[in-house]
Amino acid sequence: MFPIREGLVVSGILFTLGLIGVLVRRNLVFVLMSIEVMLNAAGLAFVVAGTRWRQPDGQVVFLFILAMAAAEVSVGLALVLELYHQHKSLDTDAISRMRG
Amino acid sequence: MTIVFYTASAVAIAATILMLTRLHAVHALLYLIVSLLAVAVIFFDLGAPFIAALEVIIYAGAIMVLFVFVVMLLNLGEPAARAERALLTPPMWIGPSVLATILLAEFVWLLAHGNAPPVVAASIGPVEVGMALFGRYLIGVELASMLLLAGLVAAYHLGWRKVPQAEATHVPHP
Amino acid sequence: MLQLLWLVPAIPFVGALVLAVLGPRMRARGVAVVGTGSIAVSAAISLSIAVAFLNAPPAAGSYTQTLWTWIDVGSFHPAIAFYLDALSLVMMAVVTFVSFLIHLYSTEFMRGDEGYSRFFAYMNLFVASMVTLLLADNLLLLYLGWEGVGLCSYLLIGFWYQDPANGRAGRKAFIVTRVGDTAMAVGLFLLFHNLGTLRIQDLMHAAQTQWPISSAYAIAAAALLLGGAVGKSAQLPLQTWLPDAMAGPTPTSALIHAATMVTAGVYLIARTHVLFQLAPPVQFAVAVVGAATLLMAGCSALTQNDIKRVLAYSTISQIGYMFLALGVGAWGAAIFHFITHAFFKALLFLAAGIVIEALHHEHNIFRMGGLRKELPVAFWTFLIGGCALAGLPLITAGFYSKDLILWSTANSTAGGMGLWAAGIAGVVLTSLYTFRLIFVVFFGQLRTPVSRPPGLAMAAPACILAFLSIAGGFDRDSLTAFLATALPAFRDAGVRMGEATSSAVAGLAFLAGLLAAWYAWLRNPAFSHAAAANPAGRLLHRFWFSDWGMDWLYDRVLVRPVVWLVATNKADVIDSIYDGIASLAALCHRLLSSTETGKLRWYAAWIAGGSVVTLAIVMFL
Repeated sequence: MFPIREGLVVSGILFTLGLIGVLVRRNLVFVLMSIEVMLNAAGLAFVVAGTRWRQPDGQVVFLFILAMAAAEVSVGLALVLELYHQHKSLDTDAISRMRG
Repeated sequence: MTIVFYTASAVAIAATILMLTRLHAVHALLYLIVSLLAVAVIFFDLGAPFIAALEVIIYAGAIMVLFVFVVMLLNLGEPAARAERALLTPPMWIGPSVLATILLAEFVWLLAHGNAPPVVAASIGPVEVGMALFGRYLIGVELASMLLLAGLVAAYHLGWRKVPQAEATHVPHP
Repeated sequence: MLQLLWLVPAIPFVGALVLAVLGPRMRARGVAVVGTGSIAVSAAISLSIAVAFLNAPPAAGSYTQTLWTWIDVGSFHPAIAFYLDALSLVMMAVVTFVSFLIHLYSTEFMRGDEGYSRFFAYMNLFVASMVTLLLADNLLLLYLGWEGVGLCSYLLIGFWYQDPANGRAGRKAFIVTRVGDTAMAVGLFLLFHNLGTLRIQDLMHAAQTQWPISSAYAIAAAALLLGGAVGKSAQLPLQTWLPDAMAGPTPTSALIHAATMVTAGVYLIARTHVLFQLAPPVQFAVAVVGAATLLMAGCSALTQNDIKRVLAYSTISQIGYMFLALGVGAWGAAIFHFITHAFFKALLFLAAGIVIEALHHEHNIFRMGGLRKELPVAFWTFLIGGCALAGLPLITAGFYSKDLILWSTANSTAGGMGLWAAGIAGVVLTSLYTFRLIFVVFFGQLRTPVSRPPGLAMAAPACILAFLSIAGGFDRDSLTAFLATALPAFRDAGVRMGEATSSAVAGLAFLAGLLAAWYAWLRNPAFSHAAAANPAGRLLHRFWFSDWGMDWLYDRVLVRPVVWLVATNKADVIDSIYDGIASLAALCHRLLSSTETGKLRWYAAWIAGGSVVTLAIVMFL
């Protein structure tokens, strides 16, 4: 017996933790890590849902999330390197030239 | 089997919290890997062995490793850690925590009023997943492959450094 | 012949245009020829139309010439149309003829002035507007002429614009008459809204059939039209502009502010007589206004030093007589008095102009004197005009017209005797101030020498008008019979006083004034000085000199509050509403821009906040 509701609650907790990380940390690498946590939590929710309905669709979507996360991380880290070369710091609050 | 689930969940949550509060990037990454491994255990408990394996291999094994490589390339070191400590004052946590807590409360409320009874976890292996993937979700597969290609090209382009003029005649372009 | 009617206003209008465009490039003689010639042609045409009309009167006593439709909106289609009946014929003939004489006079009076062509352009435009007003078939065209004469009056009062006082006088005239014009416009709205037409003849029929006597609409419409007439004709309470209007050139004063424009109010009331007959209270108010004004202005004229201001107050007073006649229902008598007044008042102004010019622009009568021998033309014409004004019995035209008014007033409805007494008192005052003027200016010692005697162009019109001031009144009965084809006859309410009695009393009043003036200003001048010097006399003198304090009153009651209001509203309450909207938009802009910090975490926080709100909505709805 698998508790579906608790599984989704765990997913929600992980998601909010990732959200806190995005909002609090100013280092860009940490922000990317927190985004990974959020993506992972979303994937967990999908798999739990797939188990509830006894279908492979949840796992399939998790695969897609995985592919997307890979692409996103590769581009994101390339941008992190670029940012570090230009500004010599990874502070997101410092790269706020596009303000109104 | 639920005890496995609860334990793994506790580990994942604890590891994530620890990850958030670290000062060194590498420490945080390691805690993140632990969290991912715990989630893989949950997957296994859910009857999704294929996904559990993929979580370990790709997420923890490729994506996190990529993170580690980049962090090492950045060579942040002690000054960065000091800077982080200066930035992470307790008052900084209050606002986001409140916001996130409200969000979580809404999730829990919605779930409590939803319809999600416990089920017997049947194991859905690679075969079913593969059949679904290359059957109904074929287009998604193709799109994902294009996405990965785009990511590859972008990363290559963004990472390319111009070679200094003096060596241009001798060294072929990377 | 009658088809040429449209030329009477058109030729002066074309003359005005030509002078306005080409005037500065023409020589003085050319300007004079065009300016006076256009009026001469117009006068000739109008006189021949008069002859044709009298010889072969058209059916129903009127002739309408429609030129084109002016406006065509829904049920509102006034036309540019001219309506000729006995009333408009008589007035048109007098106006054009007197205008011609005055234009002829101006060719010499205004010679050497740098605005020579401008003057004639304005005067021609005035004549065109005045004739349009007189001939108008509908009230809208009449209002167009009304406004046109007001404009020309303003332009001509402030003719010598380099002096700011003249500009002020012009503005005062325009603004005060504007008050009346607004009342008249409201009256036109009321009439059109209720009766559906502005064509005067149709309007009169509709009013007669639809409105009972003393109905609220009739009273309101008549009262509003009376407001307009009071403004244009300088009667109580809007008479304050006319004395100041003497700042304009003397020919202007003669033409506009004596003979023609100021009688436009009289014409309006005579034209819309049906409305006034339907509103007896308003008609009685017309008579009361006339009587009060003639007395007030007479008193004020007694104290003035400027020769033109005396004549201005005299004009106000005489128009009061015309209003009195209209008010008691003696329509023909009012028009008769208009005709004679046009002759002798224009004459008086022209003669005064001769004196002013000869004495090199001296206006103060106490600096004149003894001009009887020096300027015989001026003396004799002024004397004839003054006698006509005061009403020298049996000889002058003014006597006959004023006599008719007084006799009709005595035999009219309630209050007739009181009004008659006021009229008689007015005769005494008129005689008094007229002969004061004559004795002070032409008798006694020569104080200022004559430098420029008048030429033929100035003397001839004066002489012609002098002749008319005598001869113009003899054929009273045929004139009243002719006017009766257009205006209702006078209905008396019982014969209280015979005509002989009234005439005798008027003659005695004239003599009383003459003798009193002879004594006070010729025989024993010390008497008038003493009378003016003692405290009561000085107070009365100052009070009457300032036109019974009306300027002071208007200044305190109307002008100052408005100025104060404008000063306190400098920051403009109404503007600040629109400014406020703009400021509000700017504030919102600043608020929203401040959310665009450029910081990643803030944007993430906003997204999270948004999702919280959305989920809340899902939860609770």
